[in-house]
Amino acid sequence: MKAFNKSDFKLVAEFKFEPKPIHRGYAMRTLYVNVGDKVAKEKPVSEDTKKRFTGGKGFGLRLLWDATKPSTRWNDPENEIVIGMGPIAGNTNYPGSGKSLVVSLSPMTDVPIDSNVGGYFGPYLKFGGWDALELQGKSERETIVFIDSNEGLVQFYEEPAGLDQDTHLLAEELTHVFAKDAKDLQAVSVVSAGRGADHAPMSVLNFSLYDKRRQGVRVKQAGRGGIGHVLRDKKIRAVVCRFSGVKQNLNDAADPAAVQRLGLKLHREIVVNDDKQCKMRSTGTAHLMEVMNDYDLLPTKNHKYGQDPRGPEVASWVWEKLFSQNLPDGCWYGCTLACAHAVDHFLLETGPYKGTKVCVDGPEYETAAGVGPNLYVYDPQGILELNFYCDTYGIDTISFGTMCSFLMECWELGILNKERTDGIELTWGNWQAACQVLHDMADGKPFGVLAGKGVKFLADYFVKEYGADPKVMKDIALHGKGLEQSEYISKESLAQQGGYYMTNKGPQHDEAWLIFMDMVNNRIPTFENKAEALHYFPMFRTWFGLQGLCKLPWNDIEPADNSKWAEPNKVPEHVQNYYELYTAITGEPLDWDSLIRQSERVYNFQRVFNIRQGHGHRVEDWPPYRAMGPVFEDEYLAREERYDKQMKEKIGVDPAGKSTAEKVKITREYRLKQYDSLLDAVFKRRGWTPDGCPTPEHLKAIGMDLPEVLEVVNARMAGKA
Amino acid sequence: MIKYLKLHEDRCVGCGNCVATCSRTYFKKEDPAHARIQVFPAGSGKFHLVACDQECRKCVAECPVQAITVTAQGVVMINKNLCVGCLACVAVCPTGAMRYYPGEPVPFKCIACGECVKTCPANALEIAEKEDSPMSRLPFEAAAAAAKETLK
Ligand code: SF4
Ligand code: SF4
Repeated sequence: MKAFNKSDFKLVAEFKFEPKPIHRGYAMRTLYVNVGDKVAKEKPVSEDTKKRFTGGKGFGLRLLWDATKPSTRWNDPENEIVIGMGPIAGNTNYPGSGKSLVVSLSPMTDVPIDSNVGGYFGPYLKFGGWDALELQGKSERETIVFIDSNEGLVQFYEEPAGLDQDTHLLAEELTHVFAKDAKDLQAVSVVSAGRGADHAPMSVLNFSLYDKRRQGVRVKQAGRGGIGHVLRDKKIRAVVCRFSGVKQNLNDAADPAAVQRLGLKLHREIVVNDDKQCKMRSTGTAHLMEVMNDYDLLPTKNHKYGQDPRGPEVASWVWEKLFSQNLPDGCWYGCTLACAHAVDHFLLETGPYKGTKVCVDGPEYETAAGVGPNLYVYDPQGILELNFYCDTYGIDTISFGTMCSFLMECWELGILNKERTDGIELTWGNWQAACQVLHDMADGKPFGVLAGKGVKFLADYFVKEYGADPKVMKDIALHGKGLEQSEYISKESLAQQGGYYMTNKGPQHDEAWLIFMDMVNNRIPTFENKAEALHYFPMFRTWFGLQGLCKLPWNDIEPADNSKWAEPNKVPEHVQNYYELYTAITGEPLDWDSLIRQSERVYNFQRVFNIRQGHGHRVEDWPPYRAMGPVFEDEYLAREERYDKQMKEKIGVDPAGKSTAEKVKITREYRLKQYDSLLDAVFKRRGWTPDGCPTPEHLKAIGMDLPEVLEVVNARMAGKA
Repeated sequence: MIKYLKLHEDRCVGCGNCVATCSRTYFKKEDPAHARIQVFPAGSGKFHLVACDQECRKCVAECPVQAITVTAQGVVMINKNLCVGCLACVAVCPTGAMRYYPGEPVPFKCIACGECVKTCPANALEIAEKEDSPMSRLPFEAAAAAAKETLK
C-alpha cells in the first residue's frame, strides 16, 4: 500500500448540504451526483414514492426509471448507479440490517440489475440524511467522489498519479486519505471496482469495511450484473463515504426498545443455536459445500454433474480451519450471524501480487462452488487465489466461475485449443489456467477481454468464429438474459428452474431457492403449488431488498422449535420479527399481506421496466437446457437409473430397449413441455399475460398503476413495443 | 492480573444495599434494573449474586467496534463513545452480567469499582485479584493472529 495525503488529490468541485437526521427510518431525500458536470444536488422523496416504492431497491428502480429512457443502454451517460438503503438499514440491533441495494442498467442483460451488498457504505451514507444516492454522467478524467456525512459535504477529486487501481490496495489507500486520523479509519467506506472491471462486463462493486482487528480493509461485493463496468465506464475510480458516530437508533425508531428487544432475541438465538445449525459463525455460507455435494446439487464441470467423490476435499471443515476464528465477522455492526469470514495471511502464488500475503474475503459458498468443483478444482489454494483476484480486480466470482467452466467444457469438446486461448490450457481442474484468464482480463489482453464478455457472447462467438454447433452452445452456455447462472444444480427441480429463470434480472438464487422443497421433500408437486411458491418466495425475498436487510438471518438460523409451526420453511417466528421490526422503526403496521404487497409493487415495476427497455418477453424466461436436464448421452448415463425411473413413472414411457440418444430426446421433450406449463401457471399467478406482461388490472389491484407504467404495458399488449 | 468483584454468595443476606448503591452511583437513582450487580433470591434464605467476573471476555471478542476494552488492572470496560448499541455483548454474556435498560443506547456492567463493597453489611463482596487465563487472553490472541503481517 502506498501512502497519500489529501493534498495529493486535486479538488475539482464541492457542494454543501445540511446533514439531516433520519426520522422513523427515512430521510425523505436522495442525493443526486453527476460526475460529468461535477454537480451534486438533493431531491425530495414524496410521500407517494415512499408508499409505493418503500425504499432500497424500490427507490433505486424509481430513480433509475426517471433518469433513463427506453433507448438508454448501459454505457450511455444517463445510465445511473443507484445505491438505496431502505428504512431498516443501519439499525445496529437486528442482525443483517446493513445492506445496500444497487441498481443500474446492466451491461450483461440490458435491463435493470439489482444487487444486495454489505459493508459500511450504505448506512454511513444514510446517516448523512440520504435514502439513496444516484451516480450519473461520465467523467473526462478519473474521479473520486467523497461524501462526508458528518460535515454535509460532497466533493469531487481528480485521481492523483500513482494511486493503485486494484481494490485491496485502492480501498486501503483511500481509507487512510479520507479518515481524519488513525482512530477514524472505521468511519470510512469505499466503493470501487478494479482493473478487471475496466475490461470485463462481468464485474462488481466492492463495498469496504474497515476491520479494526485485522487493521485493514475488507470488501463485500455488489456482485451480479456488471455494475463495476458501469462505474469504470463513468471514470469513477471510487466513491468514498465518511461517517463517524454510529449509535444505537440513528434511525429514530418509533419504538427503540422494541428494536432492541427483537435484536437481542435473535442474537441469543444465534449464540445458542448456530453451532448446531448452519455454523455460520465459524464457516459462513461455505457450510453448504458438503450438503450440496451430498444431494447432487453442487455444480461440477459446468453444471454437468452435481456431485463428485472429491467433494469432501473442499467441504466446510476445510474452510473452518482456514478461516480465522473467534472474530466478529459481520458485514455491518450488530450482525452476530457474522458470516463474513476471511482467510488471513494467504500467500499468493500467481499474478502481479505473487509472493505477498493478503487477506482473502471469503470464500462464500457461491465462490467456493463456482471456482471450485464447477471448474473441477478441489485445491483450496486455487479457490482462494481465484477468490482473491476476482475481488481485487472487481470481477464477479459467480459469473467468472460459470464462464470459466463453460470455457473448460468447450476445451474438452475440442472447440477451444491453445491457439484460440492465447496459450492457456483450459483443462478441468487447472486453476492456474483460470487465474491466467483472470490476469489477462485485468491486463486487457485479448483472450481475457473476450472471456470477460460472458457466456452469452462467447457461445455466439464460438459458433461464428470456430464453427461450434449452435445447439450445443445454446444448451451449455449457462445464462439467462445474459447473466450467468449462480451455483446450484437446477436440472432436477422444475420449481428451481423457474426460481432461476423466471426472474427479472437473470438467474440469481436470491429470489427463490426451492430445490429442497420441490426435489427433496416433494412439498410442491403440482404446477399450481409450484406457481404459488414462485409467487410468494420471490415476493417475500424481494422485501429484504426494500428494507436494507440481509436474507441470511431469516432462514440460516431458526428458532429451536421452528418445526412445530405450520409452514416451517417460511420460519414463521422470524417473519413475525420482521413485522414487528418494521413497525418499531417506521411506526407503520405490517402483516403478511401488506409485506407481500410492498414487494409486488416493486417486482412488477421492475418487470415493466424490463418491458420498457424492449425486453420482458416470455422467451427470455427460458433456461438453457443444461439447467433443465442432461444435454449429452454421457450426462444421461451418469444418472441413468434416475432418468430411466422418471421415464417410466413420470413420462409413462418404458425405457427398456431404447437407445441412450432416444432416451435423452424423450426426457428433453418432456422437460421442455413441463417448463412451458410452469410458465403458464406462474405468469397467471403473478397476474401477467402469457407473454409475461403485468396486466393493467393487476397493476391497479396492487397500487402500481402509475400512468407511465400503464403506458408501457398498454403499448406492449397492443403489440407496439 | 485481573481485578474483579469477588462474590461470596453464602454470606449474602439479600438486603439489596449493593444494588441501591450501584444504581445511585452510576444512574443517580435507586433502581435494580439500573444496577451493575444483581441479587436474586435462591430459596431457603439463600441468594444468587450476578456481576462480571472480568475473565471470560466473550463480550470483548464479540464487540464489532472494539468498544469493550480491558484496563491495565484487567477490568472489562465499555467506551460509551464508541459503542453502537448492538447488544451483541449482552447476548454472549454467559452469566447475564452485561445488562441494558430498554430504550437506553449503551449497555452496562460491573467495573469492579468497589462502591458496593463498602455498603454490604455481611462482607459478601470483595475486590480481589486473579491471574490471567487462556480464556481471558483469547480475544486478543484471535485479533493478533488475524492482524496484518506488516503491522506485527
Ligand atoms: S448474515 Fe452475513 S451477509 Fe448477512 S448481514 Fe450478517 S454478516 Fe452480513
Ligand atoms: S452494545 Fe456496545 S459494547 Fe456491546 S457489543 Fe455492541 S457496540 Fe460493543
